[in-house]
Formats: sequence, C-alpha cells, structure tokens
Amino acid sequence: MKPLAITAATLTTALGAGNAVTLEALRAQRTGLAPVRFMDFPLPTWTGEVDGVDAVALPSHLREFDCRNNRLAWLGLQQDGFVDAVAAARARWGARRVAVFLGTSTSGLLQTELAYRQRAADGALPAGFHYGPTQNTFSVADFVARALQLDGPAWVVSTACSSSAKVFGNAARLIEAGLIDAALVGGVDSLCLTTLYGFNSLELLSTEICRPWDASRNGLSIGEAAAFALVEREPSAPPPGWLLGVGESNDGYHMSTPHPEGLGAIAAMRAALADAGLQPGDIDYINLHGTATPSNDAAEDAAVGKVFGHATPCTSTKGATGHTLGAAGGVEAAIGLLAMRHGLMPAGLNMQHVDPALRMNYLTQNRAAPLRRVLSNSFGFGGSNASLVLGAAE
Amino acid sequence: MSGLKVWVQGIGLLGPGLSSWAASLAVLRGAATYCSAPTALPAPARLPPAERRRAGAAVKLALAVADEAVAQAQVDAATLATVFTSSSGEGMNCHVLCETLATAAPMVSPTRFTNSVHNAASGCWHIAVGSRASSTSLCAFDGSFGAGLIEAATSVALSRAPMLLVASDSPYPEPLNATRPLPDHFGLALVLAPVADAHSIAALTIELIDARHEASVCTDAALEALRHAIPAAAALPLLVALAQRGAQHSIVLDHLGRMRLQVDVL
Repeated sequence: MKPLAITAATLTTALGAGNAVTLEALRAQRTGLAPVRFMDFPLPTWTGEVDGVDAVALPSHLREFDCRNNRLAWLGLQQDGFVDAVAAARARWGARRVAVFLGTSTSGLLQTELAYRQRAADGALPAGFHYGPTQNTFSVADFVARALQLDGPAWVVSTACSSSAKVFGNAARLIEAGLIDAALVGGVDSLCLTTLYGFNSLELLSTEICRPWDASRNGLSIGEAAAFALVEREPSAPPPGWLLGVGESNDGYHMSTPHPEGLGAIAAMRAALADAGLQPGDIDYINLHGTATPSNDAAEDAAVGKVFGHATPCTSTKGATGHTLGAAGGVEAAIGLLAMRHGLMPAGLNMQHVDPALRMNYLTQNRAAPLRRVLSNSFGFGGSNASLVLGAAE
Repeated sequence: MSGLKVWVQGIGLLGPGLSSWAASLAVLRGAATYCSAPTALPAPARLPPAERRRAGAAVKLALAVADEAVAQAQVDAATLATVFTSSSGEGMNCHVLCETLATAAPMVSPTRFTNSVHNAASGCWHIAVGSRASSTSLCAFDGSFGAGLIEAATSVALSRAPMLLVASDSPYPEPLNATRPLPDHFGLALVLAPVADAHSIAALTIELIDARHEASVCTDAALEALRHAIPAAAALPLLVALAQRGAQHSIVLDHLGRMRLQVDVL
C-alpha cells in the first residue's frame, strides 16, 4: 500500500488519559493494573480499569448513548487535541468524506447485564434501557460519528481482540478506492461481567497480575481503553506517523485456541510486510499480542521467530495496560507511534522468570533506540489475526 | 467517483418463506405468490461434530447461505476471503449469558462465552472450510448489509480476488426481543469477483449517495414489510433485481440514516 498519514493519535488506558501520561508511565515501567475493584466481581484477578469513567457526561443530545463504553470513548476523544484534529479534517475533506471505523468486542453490553438485574415481575427490561445506542455492537461508532458530526461510512469491526487493528485496513482500502479521504479509526472496549466471568470460565484469567512471556504465566489481566487515530489521504503538515502495511488472516483452526505453530499469525505478519513492501529486517521493534496465556505466547513466539528470526526486540505492553480486547489493536498502534516518536522500546512488565521455551528477544527493561518501523500484532477468538506496520515521522 | 464494479458469482438466501435462492427465484421475479413461513435453519453439515452441536441460530443461518452461494459460484472456499456482517450476532447466547450474570453466583458456560463473539460465524466458517484467508465481521445496526457490501466490493476491487459476503440477522429471545424486535431469521450471501467468467450472474456498480435519494421498495407488500423489519433484508431490492437476470436495474438501498447505496445491476 501507499503509506497513509496518521495525522493524530491518542489513547486512554489504565495508565492514564492521553499520550503524555502514557509515555511517562512507559518510561517509568509503571503498570496500570491493580487488584479488581470493578462492581461486585468476587474472584481474585487484576484489571486495568480507567479512572474517572463513571464521572464522564456525554453531550446532552446524545444522552440515549449513555453507557460505560461510550463514556470511555468520550473521555478518550477529549485528549491530545483529537477532537480539533477531527474537526480540521471534516472542514478540509467534508463530513461525508470522513469515515468512522472502530473496533469493540462487547460495546455497551454492561448496560444489558445491569438491565437483566432489574427485570420487572413480567421479565421485561427496565424502561430506561436503550438497546440500539448502548448494547448494539455498532453503538460506539454511531456515537462517535454523531458526536463529531462525521457523515461518511461508519461501522464497527468486531473480530474479538483483533478488531481495532483491522479498522486501519478498512480505512486504507476505502481511501485507496476513492470512497473517502479520511477516517477516524481505533477501538473502545470497557470492563463488563461477560468478559470477566467468560475468560474465567475458560481458565484464561490470571489470579495474579498478568506476566507475558514469563515461564509461570497463567493468563490475562483484562483492561479497558479508548484509542483513536486519524488517517488522511494527504497530510497538511508533517504527520506524527505513517501506516505502512496491514496484514489480515484467519487460523481456520479453533474458536478460542491459536494454531499451535501460529500459521495464521505468520500469514498476517507476512501479509503486513508485503503490503508495506518491507523485509523482516526492516522492523526495529515488535509490539506483541502477548496476552500472557500459556498457549498464546507460545504460538506467537513460534510465529514471530519463523518470520523474523529471534533477534528483533519485542515486548507485550499488556503487563502495563492489561488486555484491552477489542481496543488492543488501537492501543498498541498508539503505543507504537509513541515508541517511534520518543525512541523508546517499552519493557515487558511483570516478568519473574524467563521462559526458556520462548526464543524471541523479549525486553524486560526499557531500551532507548531510534525506531523507524514498528510491527504490532493483534490476534483474537475465532482465529482472527491482524498485523500492522507503522512508520516514524520523517 | 465512478463506482465500484464487481461481479456476482453465487447467491445464497434464507428467510421467512424464502428457503433458498434457487427456491425463491419465482417469488422474487413476481411469477409466484410470496407465502411467509418461519425460517427453518439447517444443521451446518460442514462443521465438525463438536462445533455442529454448539452452533447456534446465527452460525447455522450464516453457514447455510454461505454454502449455497459458494456452491453456485463453484469457487474454492478454502482460499476465499470473507466479510460477515450482522446487526446482532448470536441472540440466545447473549440472553443466557446476561441471565446467568444476573444470578448471585454466576456459572458462565465457556462454550457460550466463546461463541458470544460477533465473529463466531466467521470463525466457524473458516474452521469448516479450512481457510486462512482474511475475514472481517462488521456491524452497523440497521445499516449492516450496506457496510458489508461497501467493504466487500472495495476489497474485491483492490485485491482483484473473489470474496464471500454474508449478511445475516437472527432475533433475540425475550426480554431483549421487546427492545429489538426482529420477526425471524434472514440471511443472504454473495460471492463477488473482480472479473466476469462463465458463472457470472450480474455486474454490480456501487456508489455511496446521500439520504435525499429514496430507497427502492419491493412491490410485494409482505416482502416490503420484511425489508423494513430485518436489517439484512435491506438487500431485498438487490435480490429482486438479481433474480430478473438480463434486465438492467438501478436501485437504491437503505443504509445508515445519512447515506444510501446506489447499485446498478447489469
């Protein structure tokens, strides 16, 4: 693909709201994870909860959209001048030529979980429950498009934990085909009981803080996040980064377990490199999917090693943010841009014992180095894989 | 903009009174009377036994229409990239999970959780046909069919490779159904290709247009009601045009509130 300008990017995670706070936390090798305090969840685990979501008020004309996921989206949009950047793109290209493609796995499902606790004697859901603007998977893209007055194509990609990496592909394709000139992309996923109990039922939820790439890793810590990027056909000023390639594949193997040799992941990484016209040696740092489940990290280590050899420095940043599920691709793209901008390979946190079975060059301490190109992996249930190649500002 | 041009190579259809594309041609052409009947979902024969047992309505519906379209197009499903689009996914799973989570000590079924993802149908299809080709799963509420058509046609035009588009919606049980009432299951699948061959049914040229344009309607009142009632059934005017093979049609499909799709069918 022709390099696509990323003219703005921001992220809000358990590390804090916006790029500056995130960078500071990454530099300090600080985690945002803490023992779970979400609702009445009774099991021992750690989560990456974003501070202040409950206090967010949506614009009054969009009150029907009120739910944790859209509050998190609205909080994320307010950071780093992102709303102003979108307004400038809307003025430049026209509202109908700016698309909204967002990833989420559970959208406003928490609202439905809460409504099911307040059913009437006849079983009906409470009158204040609005399905379309909250629970429906499209809710977050609909909310963001309305809030920022964007009239271009809008949809949600919901392919579990690869969702918000794949939206970069939608934007690149529609821009190349001439249907749009710019797109707001990213992902928003928020804590809910379905994912906490669900990952627990699969024995994939760690009782401790998650430890990607550790010999004793025993599962993930769930996080929540809103991450956004603006991509435009032509930048009006030197942009903070570039989208160089997108690779997508499926495992076609199992609904919840990655292919043991990572064949789908290999296909996605190779497709992303081919799309960027780059060789494996051109990548300076890899932000791994790295969920800290035994099978994910083993399969990903094998797959990355097959494509890149074992020397390329890599880490999972999920020890800092938690696994933000449908927002993970967007979060890690934003971290990749920060990494290049500030010459920082962020450490993989929470490591106690290096797993001798994993062979990649996994960094347990921050490393300062000029970075020109970063690859970011995002893999999900249903065997969905996506890899992004990002380039530094010139 | 001159529009995205793609060729339709195969069609699958399943909905109330529409038991397959082949069985619905006469009704769609207006040569037979439309008789509504509850949608019957076949067991997904392609799936391994374990996945077949776990398959819910949304997976059965999506795989049934995908199967019919791929068989007609005579393409290799193992190399076919896919776009799945749906307003809601697996409604029964969602209901049972929310019911469980409202109890004092929830015991969530790992199978229900795994299959609650919006891309469950995509995952099952790619397992069934052994495909590592790319796949996406979209949602745009009532505009979900249009989102899928835009994404699939764009991908076909750029990649110069065929692709399978599956649009399907299944109702929720109560009490969710009262907040999002869908009368029945409705799904369709299109195999789209960048160039014509012996299997080509029609060429589509697709453009985004603004909401001042009125959407095309179905002449039959019951089909017209269906078009409004189920998101995937927004495709009905396109299916009617495709059924009248050989005639040229320019139709307008409902999409999002602020946008329509113009599809020229030749």
